[in-house]
Amino acid sequence: MQKLIISSSPHLRDKTTTRSIMQDVCIALLPSVIAGILFFGYRTALIVVVAVAAAVLSELLYCKATHQKNTTGDFSAVVTGMLLAMNLPASAPLWMPVVGSIIAIVLVKMIFGGIGQNFVNPALLARAMLALSWATIMTKFPAPAFGKLAGVDAVASATPLADGSYSIGQLFLGNIPGVIGETCKLALLLGAAYLLWKQVISWHIPAAFIGVFAVCYLIGTGFDVGFTVKQILSGGLILGAFFMATDYSTSPTTDLGKLIFGAGCGLLLFIFRFARGSQSEWCSFAILLMNVVSPLIERVTMPKSFGEVSKHE
Amino acid sequence: MKDLVRIFKNGLLDENPTFRMVLGTCPTLAITTAASNGIGMGLAATFVLVFSNLVISLLRKMIPDEIRIPAFIVVIATFVTIVQLVIKAYLPALDESLGLFIPLIVVNCIIFARAESFAFKNPPLPSIADGLGMGLGFTWAITFISSVREIFGAGTWFGMQVMPESYVPMGILVRPAGGFIVFGLAIVLMNAVMPKKA
Repeated sequence: MQKLIISSSPHLRDKTTTRSIMQDVCIALLPSVIAGILFFGYRTALIVVVAVAAAVLSELLYCKATHQKNTTGDFSAVVTGMLLAMNLPASAPLWMPVVGSIIAIVLVKMIFGGIGQNFVNPALLARAMLALSWATIMTKFPAPAFGKLAGVDAVASATPLADGSYSIGQLFLGNIPGVIGETCKLALLLGAAYLLWKQVISWHIPAAFIGVFAVCYLIGTGFDVGFTVKQILSGGLILGAFFMATDYSTSPTTDLGKLIFGAGCGLLLFIFRFARGSQSEWCSFAILLMNVVSPLIERVTMPKSFGEVSKHE
Repeated sequence: MKDLVRIFKNGLLDENPTFRMVLGTCPTLAITTAASNGIGMGLAATFVLVFSNLVISLLRKMIPDEIRIPAFIVVIATFVTIVQLVIKAYLPALDESLGLFIPLIVVNCIIFARAESFAFKNPPLPSIADGLGMGLGFTWAITFISSVREIFGAGTWFGMQVMPESYVPMGILVRPAGGFIVFGLAIVLMNAVMPKKA
């Protein structure tokens, strides 16, 4: 005889957990880490390890100090540490990822209530604070030297944003000065493709972000396609669009909201770059500003529940 | 006498205007970039607070209720003008770094709050004690905040180099954003060190 099982919803379950999603993001970031090591030497790995260790440790200590459940098992601190390391130049002194991780985890994430409660992207705010505090270190990029693993000399070279002499191929492969994770677009796109395939992120935010940015730039430059492509491949746009702007807790949940969010990021970045020149941090600021607006977007794009009628007669 | 001491102490800790009542946040955020600014601003406000409390308390039976706010402003502005002229004459460097924020003591809400809620209802002596306690409470609070910001944001304290040469100052702390961050963290610290009485 068959038993009748009565249970409350949900009836469909999925194996996806916060932990599995965060691990996917880590896997997606690995190509960029490897590319960073190839271009900027072993020091890249050191910075990634220090940033991740500091992030996990500060979350652990915060949980202990405030007598909360230890949440480091969900891997989100590892992701934050990795993303922060992606945003540092390989020549940064080692205390920098430590300070950055503490800012990201304690000041932005844990104080506001831990995972899912951060009001802006932790790694991005940490980068913004580091950039505003130590601008000389943050903008002193090492010159890339493919395969020279022992390390490269730090030179205060301008980013490709300011110096237009790099070819599209160089920009795409990452043979340019810049922060660790912003240089090799090929590796970033590989990781992004993995995230899209695993459905960790949806296409809406990156597509709207890059699309609006490209359209604005085409109009702004009188349809100079080559220059627009260079602008897309320069600075933090690819990293930001796929890995930063898609953070769950600081971007809208509905598809329409995501499109508005991405479009806003693209428009802001265009305005910043077009009007104020060539800092590679502009992408961070564009996303941070939209992070703060995303609750409002959420409110406007809230779907109506079935049967709901408009309050206005 | 015991009462006076209790009123005086009230402003220092239990009802600290900066950390507990979160009043006067505009100077707290704006001028706390150097410890000398903090102590200068605090003492200037203390002077105004003590004397405006005294005068308002003496005049409390003569000021009609309906026009008490304009009357407070006249009294407070008088003492702010005195402070401003004295600082201009004897401490031109402080005058330069505090700038507009000295005349703005006129509309500092700590001074208004004490005039309205204390001096207007109490005799002169307790009013002086209250003004002194609140003023010194404000002084130590903003000196504390500005010390943190100056030491970590510039590596100096009262202009002296205190951090080792190798320390790279965290520039954001002496920028406006750093004011909010340090102020917030200082309130957290105070709430942890001296829990609120129920």
